[in-house]
Amino acid sequence: MKEVEIAIVGGGPAGLSAAGIALQAKAGVLLIDDGLRLGGQLVKQTHKFFGSKEQYASTRGIEIGRILEKGLEGYPNLEVWLNSSVVGYYPDGVLTVLKEEKLLKVKPKRLIVATGASERMLAFANNDLPGVYGAGAVQTLMNLYGVLPGKRALMVGAGNIGLIVSYQLLQAGVKVEAVVEAMPKVGGYWVHAAKLKRIGVPILTSHTILKAEGEDWVEGAIICPLNEDFKPIEAAQKRVEVDIICLAVGLSPLSELLWQAGCRMKYIPQLGGYAPFRNRDMETTVKGVWVAGDSAGVEEASTAMVEGRIAGLAATSSLGYEVEDTDGLKRELREELEMLRRGPVGETVRKGVKRALI
Amino acid sequence: MRIIQHPILTFEKGQKVSFTLDGRGLEGYEGEPITAALHDAGVKVLRRSISLGRPRGFFCAVGKCSSCLMTVDGKPNVRVCMEPLREGMRVETQKGKGELVERG
Ligand SMILES: Cc1cc2nc3c(=O)[nH]c(=O)nc-3n(C[C@H](O)[C@H](O)[C@H](O)COP(=O)(O)OP(=O)(O)OC[C@H]3O[C@@H](n4cnc5c(N)ncnc54)[C@H](O)[C@@H]3O)c2cc1C
Repeated sequence: MKEVEIAIVGGGPAGLSAAGIALQAKAGVLLIDDGLRLGGQLVKQTHKFFGSKEQYASTRGIEIGRILEKGLEGYPNLEVWLNSSVVGYYPDGVLTVLKEEKLLKVKPKRLIVATGASERMLAFANNDLPGVYGAGAVQTLMNLYGVLPGKRALMVGAGNIGLIVSYQLLQAGVKVEAVVEAMPKVGGYWVHAAKLKRIGVPILTSHTILKAEGEDWVEGAIICPLNEDFKPIEAAQKRVEVDIICLAVGLSPLSELLWQAGCRMKYIPQLGGYAPFRNRDMETTVKGVWVAGDSAGVEEASTAMVEGRIAGLAATSSLGYEVEDTDGLKRELREELEMLRRGPVGETVRKGVKRALI
Repeated sequence: MRIIQHPILTFEKGQKVSFTLDGRGLEGYEGEPITAALHDAGVKVLRRSISLGRPRGFFCAVGKCSSCLMTVDGKPNVRVCMEPLREGMRVETQKGKGELVERG
């Protein structure tokens, strides 16, 4: 059994930021991620990020990942396990990790869960055919491995992810036949929608997908307008010739470890699904277990970084490590979070966080 | 199909390696997930569902959804979206749930 001071599960912006602050204070950190490289969602994002300057806004996502990773270089108190999945958390505080075909045990004094989010599925006929992908999978295939998922795509969902991944498909040379969105309005930011409109990609609001067609893989899709009660107007359905159906219909916090730890959870739609109760230090109802980023509530990389720093700071100081002006820093970080959640865009998340706060 | 030119990204690739799918010779790059090489070769059906035999492909790409389980070098239920490709790998379409293999 391996003993460590702080184990951080997930090496996205939240986990990397938590690690950064703990390492500076000289705490021993084990950072575990199941990907082949660090960065979480960031390694797939070719667009320039929104957010504030402190969180590297208008820098491309892939660059932000590299900056955060670079910040961890040279610390002897850091160990990183890549390609390693945390599969269990036991009542005696032991994590089990699947690494190189071995099940390893890790006993951390403190645990920070920064596992991000998972994509939601959508019900429609033949949604199990090969060629139906989560938006994240399309991004991984194209932007990490340089392989095309197909030639012609239908995007389902016009939130930011649907719009951004549509643009990424175009960048990679795939034709996007249409974006369908069940709501009467585009959910994502106008800048991302405008980029698609300029290229001539139709964004069909009040539309949904009814069916994927094809024998062994996707060869087409039936789309259909929706009436005011979100019922399909089937007489008006039509077929689009596509070999990719890409789903961008929302994310939910990836919370298995939190459930296993026995954290008190609550279904909070504003945070994307079941989310853990937490205090202002991001500690859950289980002492010694912190949470940060999308696994605490689906939000953004910018807020994930700040939450990561808050959780990292709290976990580190609970071990007795001195961080200069801890209270001042905490205050600063909380103010930063508030600022990032300001305005009409942050309203939903503000409501959600309020319901989860203890 | 590979992306030849991208306005923003460049792709670092490992060495070119050969592997087989159900005995058929294919090529890919060392270290990329097996599915990347299979997709490049136009292979979209990775397995069949156990009871209805429906085709299953690549869905989540991050080892969470179990859609892409295949037999690799004799070992069943390998998530080929996560498993790095190596020279000489034997990839096979899995039949059913796969038998447990004993290890030395
Ligand atoms: C298309 C797209 C565009 C976006 N654009 C923006 C933007 O412009 N600005 C912005 O601020 N945000 C943006 N976001 C959101 C942002 O990427 C996420 O909010 C952010 O990455 C969340 O960070 P995280 O660290 O919580 O999770 P993630 O980045 O998801 O990282 C979690 C990591 O944990 C790993 N993991 C999960 N479970 C386990 C386990 N059991 N064992 C080991 N490892 C595990 C995962 O593999 C992953 O590497 C975008 C997201 C997408 C998908």
